[in-house]
Amino acid sequence: MDMINPTVVDLSRFQFALTALYHFMFVPLTLGLTFMLAAMETVYVVTGRKIYKDMAMFWGKLFGINFALGVATGITMEFEFGTNWSMYSRFFGDMFGTPLAIEGLMAFFMESTFVGLMFFGWDRLSKQAHLAVTYLVALGSNLSALWILIANAGMNVPHGAHFDPDTMRLQFDSFVKLIFSPDAQAKFVHTSVAGYVSAALLVMGVSAFYLLRGQHRQFAARSFRMAALFGIISTVAVITLGDVLGREDYMEQPTKIAAIEGLWHTSKPPYEPWILAALPDDAKQENHFEIGVPFVLTPLITHDFNTPIRGMHELEDAAAPRIESGIAAVSALRRYQETHQQADLDAFKAHEADLGFGFLATRHAPNQDVTAIPADALQSVVEQTKPDILPNVFVTFWSFRIMVFLALYFFALFAISAYLSLKNKLERNKLILKACMWSIPLPILATEFGWITAEAGRQPWTVFNTLPTFLSASTHSTSYMVFSLAGFALLYSIFIAAELYLMFKFARLGPEAHDAPHSDDAYAAHCAVVGTPHASGH
Amino acid sequence: MELYALLKLIWAALLCVLLIGLGLMVGMDMGVGTLLRFVGRNDGERRTALNIIGPHWDGNQVWFILGGGAIFAAFPTLYATSFSVFYVVMILLLFSMILRPVAFEYRSKADSHLWRASWDWVFLISGFLPMFIYGAAFGNILHGVGYHFGWTGQYYQDSSFFSYLLNPFAILCGLMSVALSVYQGGVMLMLRAENPIYERARRYALRGGLTAAILFIIGGFFITRMQGFVFTAPVDPAMPASPMHGQHVAMVAGGWLHNYAAHPVLWLLPLLGLASMIGGTLAARMNKVILAWWIGLGSWIGTIGTVAAAMFPFFMPSTTAPDQSLTIWNSSASAYGLTCMLVVALIFVPIILCYTSWCYYVMRGKVHTADIVNDSHSY
Ligand code: HDD
Ligand code: HEM
Ligand code: HEM
Repeated sequence: MDMINPTVVDLSRFQFALTALYHFMFVPLTLGLTFMLAAMETVYVVTGRKIYKDMAMFWGKLFGINFALGVATGITMEFEFGTNWSMYSRFFGDMFGTPLAIEGLMAFFMESTFVGLMFFGWDRLSKQAHLAVTYLVALGSNLSALWILIANAGMNVPHGAHFDPDTMRLQFDSFVKLIFSPDAQAKFVHTSVAGYVSAALLVMGVSAFYLLRGQHRQFAARSFRMAALFGIISTVAVITLGDVLGREDYMEQPTKIAAIEGLWHTSKPPYEPWILAALPDDAKQENHFEIGVPFVLTPLITHDFNTPIRGMHELEDAAAPRIESGIAAVSALRRYQETHQQADLDAFKAHEADLGFGFLATRHAPNQDVTAIPADALQSVVEQTKPDILPNVFVTFWSFRIMVFLALYFFALFAISAYLSLKNKLERNKLILKACMWSIPLPILATEFGWITAEAGRQPWTVFNTLPTFLSASTHSTSYMVFSLAGFALLYSIFIAAELYLMFKFARLGPEAHDAPHSDDAYAAHCAVVGTPHASGH
Repeated sequence: MELYALLKLIWAALLCVLLIGLGLMVGMDMGVGTLLRFVGRNDGERRTALNIIGPHWDGNQVWFILGGGAIFAAFPTLYATSFSVFYVVMILLLFSMILRPVAFEYRSKADSHLWRASWDWVFLISGFLPMFIYGAAFGNILHGVGYHFGWTGQYYQDSSFFSYLLNPFAILCGLMSVALSVYQGGVMLMLRAENPIYERARRYALRGGLTAAILFIIGGFFITRMQGFVFTAPVDPAMPASPMHGQHVAMVAGGWLHNYAAHPVLWLLPLLGLASMIGGTLAARMNKVILAWWIGLGSWIGTIGTVAAAMFPFFMPSTTAPDQSLTIWNSSASAYGLTCMLVVALIFVPIILCYTSWCYYVMRGKVHTADIVNDSHSY
């Protein structure tokens, strides 16, 4: 009997989480910076003012340094479903592979082809053609986010596919349901816009650094203003869409939303507080202390005042009959695989909807064989399986809170910065400038915690309510996993060191480092005196 | 023929096209990477070589990514099983692949000699190793791999990774693939570089083309003696795509020649491969560079076509459970999925070909070392 090795499953999860979180350190900047570059270049093309070309070229350089790592780490992601989630890929690949392949055809080709022209084509293309190329890069990177998030939404809300006992997998049956999934739409906008927040804060932070040192003032002030306005709009959008996502989870993934809110018992509207801070204890299934704001939770999630939200204990109890029925489904399905008899198929069909819950019981069945559970042990297996339907509450609860608290902080920071920048009072407020500078990594942090909320909150499933994570993993040996993890740790550490070295180097050098022949202050003075910008091009 | 079987067939053909495109385009860039330290004797020359493919390598690399994506979408069971069964090799391939984008972008962004020299070694590794593994993978699937499926559809591996890492035929195939990539990379450098890079690149292109031809002939002899796989009972091409039931397969010495025996016209494929390798070498020798570049396409069509014709309809045969061997018929996506993907591919592939050509057109012409060194935007 081939048994599931829980260590290998955990190492696979760890490796996937590590590499995905790592990929997503670079992606948000790509998503956002491409649009900021396009915006700067648009101003350059429309007004012909050289400083905007300098801006596009300078920020373009930082973009390039970041982009390389986004591409490199993205290749890992594309492989990893096959190398480490074999059962998942076979079981769900019919539906999941489609958006991934479309992403390649529609987005990666476009982005990667035009990014070459964007870097190398300044002298070979007309201004307008180059601008078009920059927009195509921005469009390409955002389309790539669209398709990957459609795929990811499919894992969370698997509409558009049905289980087929003859191929033992989910068969894709509705392209429309897949791409117009409300979860996918909300995820796409929320995530892309989170990328814009990250890019805005990077540009603002580096500009603040110049302003604090009194360097490149003209350049920095303009970049700062553009970024602050871009940032405030994006933050509002992130928060709005975050609310939509929470509602999606409430409708489709009740265990996730209950874990996010640390809700062990079904809520009592309208008083039920929104918990600001608590110490959820997964083993005891309770919160150790709670600080909450009364009357907030119900309207926040359900958008009305008296709908109760189901708590985790109640969800566990509701799962018990599904686990029992699922065990029957798995047993009938296994018989059908051997006999191909209509009777077995009918028996399976009667319990089909609960198949995933039957798989979930595997870990507690004798020899991990659900079909071998003796009748008198059935209830105890069901009882043991019940708590497995919940994700890790502590992780889900706190990663969500960190993301939300950061969102509120960004809102305040962008609002103040935009105001000061528009009033030209920025350079006197050293504190705000310093805050901008030190906040550069925070949106990336918020994004990472957002993903931890979404992905840890989906557990124990890779395909929600259908395929458990521990069944999805490839059947490797521990030594294989140690080998690959050690390699990733080594390579990714080198990458980040090289990236940070170059980022700091080029940020310190500042905009005039590339072909500007005169110092920036002379340039600024020139602009101030003459009142007109340089003629375009050198 | 039933529609579902036809769809499977179309996607198998498209997969071949993709693998050929990958070999040609990614192979070319990797060839330049492999040759970098040999054709460029100083920093300026090396930067010239890099900037020749600088605007295009990322676009070309998408052939590789799409190769993965298309296998995933069109043949999910093949993707799931082959990537896992070859885990150690796949991870090595991945490690060498992910070093490359970083090397391009970072190499010339700092002045230190040690920094640049280290990245030049990275180019060598990330050019040689992926192409080697790419070729070796073909060698291994021709040999068959040890695995079987459990009742849920989970795969289980039956042979250790040494058996496919140290398989002499696979090593031969790996070296041949490297030789083809060196050829194509050399020709690309000839196309857009001036002397002395041109002359050096020419030398390596000639060696690459010739080596490939010799290895191809030796490989042919291997195949005629190898255990091939054949069906012992008729199989329904429109069967539900599951490896668990519905096939009866046996291992037979010389089995890979059965398709050639049944359809002698298939011999044109190995012939095309060999003729292209020799013809390309001659063309490069006579400095007909553009011709040599296009003949390179013929080598890839010939080699991958030869393997495909021998194995059809097998993808990845199993030595320990031959009945569960993955074939075009039992590892594909559903009819619905294949149809959706086909529509999307028909729309986007022509668009991609248009803008890729435009991009090459914009960046056409020789690359001069002096321009590169003075341009802070180049690699
Ligand atoms: C700058 C980054 C950032 C910020 C400020 C926020 N988010 Fe977020 N959030 C993300 C970045 C992010 C993300 C990384 O992009 C995620 C991960 C998965 C996804 O689709 O987006 C995410 C996921 C995510 C999820 C889980 C979605 C799921 O289950 O699939 C919810 C419920 C929210 N967010 C809600 C919010 C709310 C209510 C916010 C503000 C008040 C908020 N987010 C701010
Ligand atoms: C790049 C952004 C993403 C990040 C940062 C991320 C993060 C994570 C994390 C933290 C886990 C581990 C959860 C746990 O084990 O508790 C995980 C699991 C997983 N995620 Fe994501 N994820 C990302 C995007 C995606 C996307 C787009 C997909 C699918 C298209 C996906 C598929 C998976 C799979 C298959 C697992 C493995 C099963 C599991 O342990 O949950 N992830 N991811
Ligand atoms: C876990 C699933 C994921 C896979 C399989 C994946 C795959 C890839 C691949 C193969 C690349 C390299 C493309 C190239 O060569 O140009 C890449 C880059 C990229 N990915 Fe991912 N990715 C994943 C998650 C995500 C998510 C969740 C997003 C966005 C929300 C995203 C956005 C991007 C973007 C914008 C790029 C291009 C620019 C850059 O690399 O910075 N990816 N990804």
